[in-house]
Amino acid sequence: MRAVIALPFVWLGVFFLLPFALVLAIALGTNAPDSVPPVELGFSLKNFTLLFTDDLYLAAWLTSLRIAATSTIVTLLLGYPMAYAIARAAPERRPLLLMLVVLPFWTSFLIRVYAWMGLLDENGLLNQFLRWSGLAANPTTILGTDWAILLGIVYAYLPFMVLPLYATLEKLDTGLLEAAADLGARPIAAFLTITLPLSLPGVVAGCLLVFIPAVGEFVIPDLLGGTQTLMIGKVLWDEFFTNADWPIASAVAICLLVLLVGPIALFQRQQARSLERHR
Amino acid sequence: MSEPIVRIEGLAKRYGPVVAVDEVDLEIERGELFALLGGSGCGKTTLLRMLAGFETPDAGRVLIDGQDMTGVPPHLRPVNMMFQSYALFPHMTVADNVGYGLRREGVARAETDRRVVEALEQVRLADLARRRPSQLSGGQRQRVALARALVKRPKLLLLDEPLAALDRKLREGTRFELVRLQEELGLTFVMVTHDQDEAMSMASRMAVMDAGRIVQVGSPHEVYERPASRFVADFIGIANILPAAEGRWLALRPEKIVLSTARPDTAHAVAGQIIDIAYEGGRSLHRVALDDGSVMMVATANIARTPDGSFRRGETIWLGWAADAGHPLDT
Repeated sequence: MRAVIALPFVWLGVFFLLPFALVLAIALGTNAPDSVPPVELGFSLKNFTLLFTDDLYLAAWLTSLRIAATSTIVTLLLGYPMAYAIARAAPERRPLLLMLVVLPFWTSFLIRVYAWMGLLDENGLLNQFLRWSGLAANPTTILGTDWAILLGIVYAYLPFMVLPLYATLEKLDTGLLEAAADLGARPIAAFLTITLPLSLPGVVAGCLLVFIPAVGEFVIPDLLGGTQTLMIGKVLWDEFFTNADWPIASAVAICLLVLLVGPIALFQRQQARSLERHR
Repeated sequence: MSEPIVRIEGLAKRYGPVVAVDEVDLEIERGELFALLGGSGCGKTTLLRMLAGFETPDAGRVLIDGQDMTGVPPHLRPVNMMFQSYALFPHMTVADNVGYGLRREGVARAETDRRVVEALEQVRLADLARRRPSQLSGGQRQRVALARALVKRPKLLLLDEPLAALDRKLREGTRFELVRLQEELGLTFVMVTHDQDEAMSMASRMAVMDAGRIVQVGSPHEVYERPASRFVADFIGIANILPAAEGRWLALRPEKIVLSTARPDTAHAVAGQIIDIAYEGGRSLHRVALDDGSVMMVATANIARTPDGSFRRGETIWLGWAADAGHPLDT
């Protein structure tokens, strides 16, 4: 019994706290390109001060937050109607619709992002279609722009928005909407005063599930974005593999974690509160 | 008499092959407490939901205060409903729940607040205005639901099994409370119930429904003493259904029969043997086997506190009733 309870803590200790301590130790050290590993341990905060003073990092942070926030809003606007429609569909059709939402997961994430490269390329399917249909003679290329990153993130993370939204909308008592209509609420007023506030836990869960990984996203900006787009995940990669500067890369990783702990804590508090309310 | 508040004409509703409401005609007068009584699946709830506008009739129409409600969505109907589950909004306080309908109407803030307080006082919940529904007991939730439906002063208040979720003791008190409110406010209540005691004790008139049809409309007294059919006689209270001449029947209530050890001096008298006695406190129900093999139910009032003079199981006794004690039935 005790072993069963201890297991998750042991797991967290070995696979999260220990690596975290290592990363923190490296972040506090200094770069030593000639040694293996290329770190000289110590206690220096200069890696962190550099992160907050160098424009490159600040710009990368802001770009990451901007792109993550924009894609979160777009996924919410797309995902809410989808989740709503599935939740209101005939019960026997819901499993099929939900399966369609998660169907992309059956293919490797990397392959799907590569597929987008093929679609958005200068001579990709999209531009071929635009030329063929005569909508644009010389279409600009989306690949390599922030738009491509946005598209990629929205595409990849949409299921993470739809599923928690569906979960809250599906268990919403339709009797409440009847009561609202009975008391004189038009359908739009009933939605705004009943459905939306009661689905807020799902909205928060979906937004955090999209926003948190989107901030640190590396693959999508690397493959779909241009060289001029700097997201923090890409900076981390470059520091680690291109510049072989482990301490700076570790400092970036620590800051990313700290930045995301805020929203995660908020999420957990919100979940606890809604659990309490619906006891 | 003035124009009825509700006129239902040839109303019908089916779900696939199931006929829920079958060509119902009904008029409900202004200021009545009208009960729709029937077993589960008899169509009473569907009928109520068609009044509220949640179900669309397949045929017929509903007129409320002379206005045809065909095609009028629920939010534009001059009716409010108290739901069986109460359907209180969990994310709003009691006061916000009650004020919801007024805010949708665009009633001014101060006016809304005043009317919310007034409605909460009517159901004696003024102290709990700032609570959430989850912090209330079942009886308190029921009163919030009532206040929320009453606050708009609807022409018609619909109550779907208003007391079903309450425990027995609370239910009895709330019956009187509902009747008091209905009389004080002068509103028309239409109540759906499966509980005949509830319908009998509260309603000024009632309709008994069976298989989508209304089988009898009348005051509780009329329905009990002059049931229209064997179904009604059997459904409401206990009835001994005796065969009468020319294929007709006689409904005889257990309390209209007198038990005695000697042959009574009544128009009808038969002998039998008590095979069962159910003691219910105020009265006792006796199952008596007659010589022809049939069984009759007889009730006696337990007037004395001592068991002297009461009958015992296995005792041979006489049943007597007056010539006009039973009600003749054609069907």
